[in-house]
Amino acid sequence: MASRRRDIPEINAGSMADIAFLLLVFFLVTTTMDIPTGLQVALPPISEEPPEDSKQKKREVLEVLVNAADQLLVEGSPLTIDKLQQKTVDHLTNEGKDPTLSTTSTTAIVSLKNDRGTSYDMYVQVYNELTAAYNRVRDDYSMQQYGKKYTELDPQRDKDKIKEVKKKYPRKLSEAEPVSIGAQ
Amino acid sequence: MSKFKKDGGRPTPAINTSALPDIVFMLLFFFMVATKMRDKEMKVQTQLPQATEVEKLEKKSRLHYIFVGPPLNESFGTTPRIQLDDAFATIDDIQQYITLKNNEKDEKEIPFMTTSLKADKTVKMGIVTDIKQELRKVNALKLSYTASKEVKD
Repeated sequence: MASRRRDIPEINAGSMADIAFLLLVFFLVTTTMDIPTGLQVALPPISEEPPEDSKQKKREVLEVLVNAADQLLVEGSPLTIDKLQQKTVDHLTNEGKDPTLSTTSTTAIVSLKNDRGTSYDMYVQVYNELTAAYNRVRDDYSMQQYGKKYTELDPQRDKDKIKEVKKKYPRKLSEAEPVSIGAQ
Repeated sequence: MSKFKKDGGRPTPAINTSALPDIVFMLLFFFMVATKMRDKEMKVQTQLPQATEVEKLEKKSRLHYIFVGPPLNESFGTTPRIQLDDAFATIDDIQQYITLKNNEKDEKEIPFMTTSLKADKTVKMGIVTDIKQELRKVNALKLSYTASKEVKD
C-alpha cells in the first residue's frame, strides 16, 4: 500500500503563478478604479401647456442668473461665486426677518437661470453651491433637532427624521426654461 | 577567507515558490472586486468639472451614459460633440437611444434609471440644455452631472 501511494506524482504548480499573473494583468488593463460620482438632479416632467403665472411672491424667490460671460447676478446685483452659498443659506433660513428674503423656509424658492453661452464648468459650480446651501441648512437643522447631521441619518431607522428635515427645508430649486441671449 | 563563505560545495536549495500563486490570486481578486470594466471607447474629451457636493452613483447597471466634449481626434474639429455608446451622435439621437436602452431593462427598473452626463468643462450650456430637454421628452428625469470630488484645502 505504502509503495503505491508513493507513485502518485506531485502536480507541478510552478506555472500556476504565470497563469495568475496573466489574469491579473488582464484585469489591470481592462478596468478602471474610479467610482462614478456626480451632482444628482431631478428634471421636471415636460408639459405641453405654457407654465402658469407664478403666484409666488417676489420675496420668496431667490433669483440666480448666470450670463454668457459666466458672471453671476443674484437678486439683481452682481455676486461672486464664493458668496453664493452664504446668500442662499440666508435666504432659506430667513424666516421673515429680512423683508427682501423669504418668509418661511418651506416657501423659499431658488430660481436658477443660465444662458446658452454659460460654460458648463460655471454652471456646475453654481449648482454645486446651491446644493451645498441646501445640504448645509438641512445639516444644521438636523444637528439642532436630533444631534446628528442630515447626511448621517440612517435611511431605514431615521425615516421620520429625514422626512421631517425634508419637510422643513424642501428642495425647491427651479430652473427656468432656456433662453438664448449671449453668443453660443 | 571570508567568514560567511561556505566551505562545502553544497548547492543552494531552490526557493519555494508554491505560495506565489496564492499571493497573485489574492491581488487578482482584489482588483476584480475593486474595479469595474472599461467598456466604452472615448471619442470625445471629457475633463470633468469639480464639485464638493457630489454623490456616488449607486448601481452601474442603472446608468445611461452621455458624453459631451470636443473630439479627441482633431480631424473632427473642436466643436463639442455628443457621444452615445461608441459613436458620435446628434441631439436627435438621444430620445431613441434612451428608449432603446430602456427596452433592454426590466420595467420595474426604468424609473430608477439615471442618466450620467459626462461633459467637458469647456462645453457651453446650450448643448447641455438641449440634452436636458431631450431627456425630459423621454421622461428620463434622473440626471447626474458627473463631476469629480473637489478636495478642500
